[in-house]
Amino acid sequence: MQIFQSDLLCIGAGLAGERVAVSAAEAGFSTICLTLVPPRRSHSSAAQGGMQAALGNSIMGEGDCPDIHFTDTVKGSDWGCDQEVARLFAETAPIAMREMAFYGCPWNRVVPGEHTYYKGGKPFTAVEKTENEGLIHSRAFGGTAKWRTCYTSDGTGHAVLFTLDNRLVQLGVTMHDRVQAEALIHDGQRCMGCVARDLRTGELRAYFARATLIATGGYGRIYKATTNAVICDGGGQICALETGIVPMGNMEAIQFHPTGTVPTDILVTEGCRGDGGTLLDVNEYRFMPDYEPEKAELASRDVVSRRMTEHMRKGLGVKSPYGDHLWLDIRHLGEKHITTNLREVYDICNNFLGVNPIHQLIPVRPTHHYSMGGIRTNKDGAAYGLTGLYAAGEAACWDMHGFNRLGGNSLAETVVAGRIVGQKVVEFLQGDEGATFSTAALKETAAKVQERIDDIVYCRKGNENCYAVRDAMQDVMMENVGIFRNGTDLQAGVEKLQAILERAEHIGLQGKTVGFSPELSMALRVRGMVKLALCTAYGALMRTESRGAHAREDFPERNDRDWLNRTLATWKDPKDTLPTLTYEDATPYFEIPPGDRGYGGGKRISGDIPADKIRPFGNPHGMKESSNA
Amino acid sequence: MRKLHLEIFRYNPLDPDSTPHMDSFYLDETPSMTLFIALTQLRETRDPTLKFDFCCRAGICGSCGMVINGRPGLACSSQTKDLPDHIVLQPLPFFKLLGDLSVDTGTWFRSAWERIESWIHTDKTFDPAAQEERMDNELANQIFELDRCIECGCCVAACGTALMRDDFLGATSINRLARFYIDPRDQRTDKDYYEIIGDDNGVFGCMGLLACEDVCPKKIPLQDQLGIMRRMVSIHSVRGILPKKVADFLAKAGCSCGCHKG
Repeated sequence: MQIFQSDLLCIGAGLAGERVAVSAAEAGFSTICLTLVPPRRSHSSAAQGGMQAALGNSIMGEGDCPDIHFTDTVKGSDWGCDQEVARLFAETAPIAMREMAFYGCPWNRVVPGEHTYYKGGKPFTAVEKTENEGLIHSRAFGGTAKWRTCYTSDGTGHAVLFTLDNRLVQLGVTMHDRVQAEALIHDGQRCMGCVARDLRTGELRAYFARATLIATGGYGRIYKATTNAVICDGGGQICALETGIVPMGNMEAIQFHPTGTVPTDILVTEGCRGDGGTLLDVNEYRFMPDYEPEKAELASRDVVSRRMTEHMRKGLGVKSPYGDHLWLDIRHLGEKHITTNLREVYDICNNFLGVNPIHQLIPVRPTHHYSMGGIRTNKDGAAYGLTGLYAAGEAACWDMHGFNRLGGNSLAETVVAGRIVGQKVVEFLQGDEGATFSTAALKETAAKVQERIDDIVYCRKGNENCYAVRDAMQDVMMENVGIFRNGTDLQAGVEKLQAILERAEHIGLQGKTVGFSPELSMALRVRGMVKLALCTAYGALMRTESRGAHAREDFPERNDRDWLNRTLATWKDPKDTLPTLTYEDATPYFEIPPGDRGYGGGKRISGDIPADKIRPFGNPHGMKESSNA
Repeated sequence: MRKLHLEIFRYNPLDPDSTPHMDSFYLDETPSMTLFIALTQLRETRDPTLKFDFCCRAGICGSCGMVINGRPGLACSSQTKDLPDHIVLQPLPFFKLLGDLSVDTGTWFRSAWERIESWIHTDKTFDPAAQEERMDNELANQIFELDRCIECGCCVAACGTALMRDDFLGATSINRLARFYIDPRDQRTDKDYYEIIGDDNGVFGCMGLLACEDVCPKKIPLQDQLGIMRRMVSIHSVRGILPKKVADFLAKAGCSCGCHKG
């Protein structure tokens, strides 16, 4: 078996993984990135809208500052986030955006003079200041007090990813694409790398590394209707969960995006609504202002998604062979705006739906979009439980998003967390004296993976079809663990998933081939995906409150008395059929004690916050981003 | 709804018993069906060994370039309703075949970016405390216009020169350099660009068949960029020979894209 060795191993080469790799490589550490696909095909590239950072250059962002960004983020999270992390994020975001500009990102810039913008579908004019000409511009996104989202047309993820990957080429970071991590190598204390499968040849190989970063993005493919790319199968989370030591945080916190298209589930950006797009029902009536008079279509995503579902449940959705949906209307923005600022949207509608959005309505429905939960880390990005293991980006529960993340905050998180965690990884590597790699641990891990492959290839434990098992799991997640949740459905869902987990133990290959088998890739993943699904469903069942994206019909109140905490899910024994759940405080202290979000309605059960947990508001520690440039 | 006949190239280079051949599959067309939906359905219900690549399935990531009825394109954004009921699928030529419809674009693009040094060349260092350098928004838009390339490989697969000359950098690489050429953050000079693309593997290898631009799924003006870059390096190569007046005139007329280097 081939064995590779490096200082840092990045599993995943999207924005978060690559930003961490940049820090390590700049500090002179050898770095290898593993990725399922060539790095520029990572799902980061599909993010259209933008990155939130309080630069305050645009007229509609005037007076913006990290304090306001922090406040929006905490409110958006429904007070589920770690406020220390959210503060760190808000303070660092402007620096990270400027750094991307320095590396070559073509951010859109301020053009002085009078411009027509849209708010709530109505045009208004604003005058951009001459003194800000050429600085990074920003657009509106939901749930924010200021226009704060930095963007490059509607290809922000693509533009930043290419910028960052260019930097990796420059730094000579080793890139191993078409490699699937299958298991972490560890001794119960220290992570030493991973065993992986070469997706060109099907062969196993091993990676020894002093520090290992998981940055594999979300696990949206546990749902049938998801905007996530087909590679977002939770591979990184599965590797961490199956150590039996590393916990997942807040797996029940799942965000649905209001505007997944029907039937392909491809996302059209929130920028559509930010720029003035409206939502219409079967009668082409604009219904959002009835529910949310102030923010209308620009309330936070969880609120808009729930209101849409609520409205469709009243029978006001549009019937289609693929189920009910609503309409997104951007016709009034005009041909020029749609074909320039919203060009990807224009392309998606024409190429995948056969709809021309200049003249026609776009069919949309709330679709699984983002996983707030993931591998639980501390504020440095270090995973709980294993030394030398880190996580960043959507794969992690760092936890600036709590129970709902704001549009533009997750894309920003990739490079902001990447910058912060990258620095911490460098400090770890600098202070790490002579890590020893255990060949025994490697052999044990590789043997386990090989045995599992042989079980599946030779149908030694059965011949369940991996696609059928996956479909069964996805159906349960859609039906029982969706936008609106209740105890009865969740209980039934958990039981069904336990039965599906049992089936997953008996998967056998249907097709035989020499070398790489695409079916084996799925077959190896399904069991872990069902475990992630169980962490999600069981966490949702036990959390008897509604917070952010987690909406319980039987417990509609946000309960700060009993549930101002984070769920930690650990899979202690491979034979378990449920994760072990424990809870920790949501945040070490409060700059903003729990209060009303100002949108979304809903009641609250207040809890007492001890006085020593409350800190004065406004960057109390003079928190400054350390310079590593 | 029609019954579709998909004829798909099959070959597993890792299997000594495998020989290149075409396999036929028949399936019922459904509304809004794309080749992503069709191929996924085939793998999951008919032949689990069928190899192809998809990622975003939204025309953004560039994974699924293949030859569709003789023409390179993205499978995910090909709607079956726009195709005849007999659909022939083959892997992109030029790239190393990994199996069936799957080719290794990743390795080729990585090496191309190393060859053309696809990054901003600057002697400045990033100052976290400083405001960003200003840029004209129109220029930012022009840069992004060229940066929209998704590296699907269709332009190279469709290129006559690339099929004859393994080391040809292809339209995608020349477009990438054109992106850096108009970016004031990149301090490379005409001479630097000449060193990279001033030969038969670069701008002078192009035979002007225009297929690259024809098949580009992002409709990037590849031929314009090739023309701009070829003109620039041509002028550079004769700068020492031409009378100064002529050279100055040509240099001024050099870039038709309206960029600052024009």
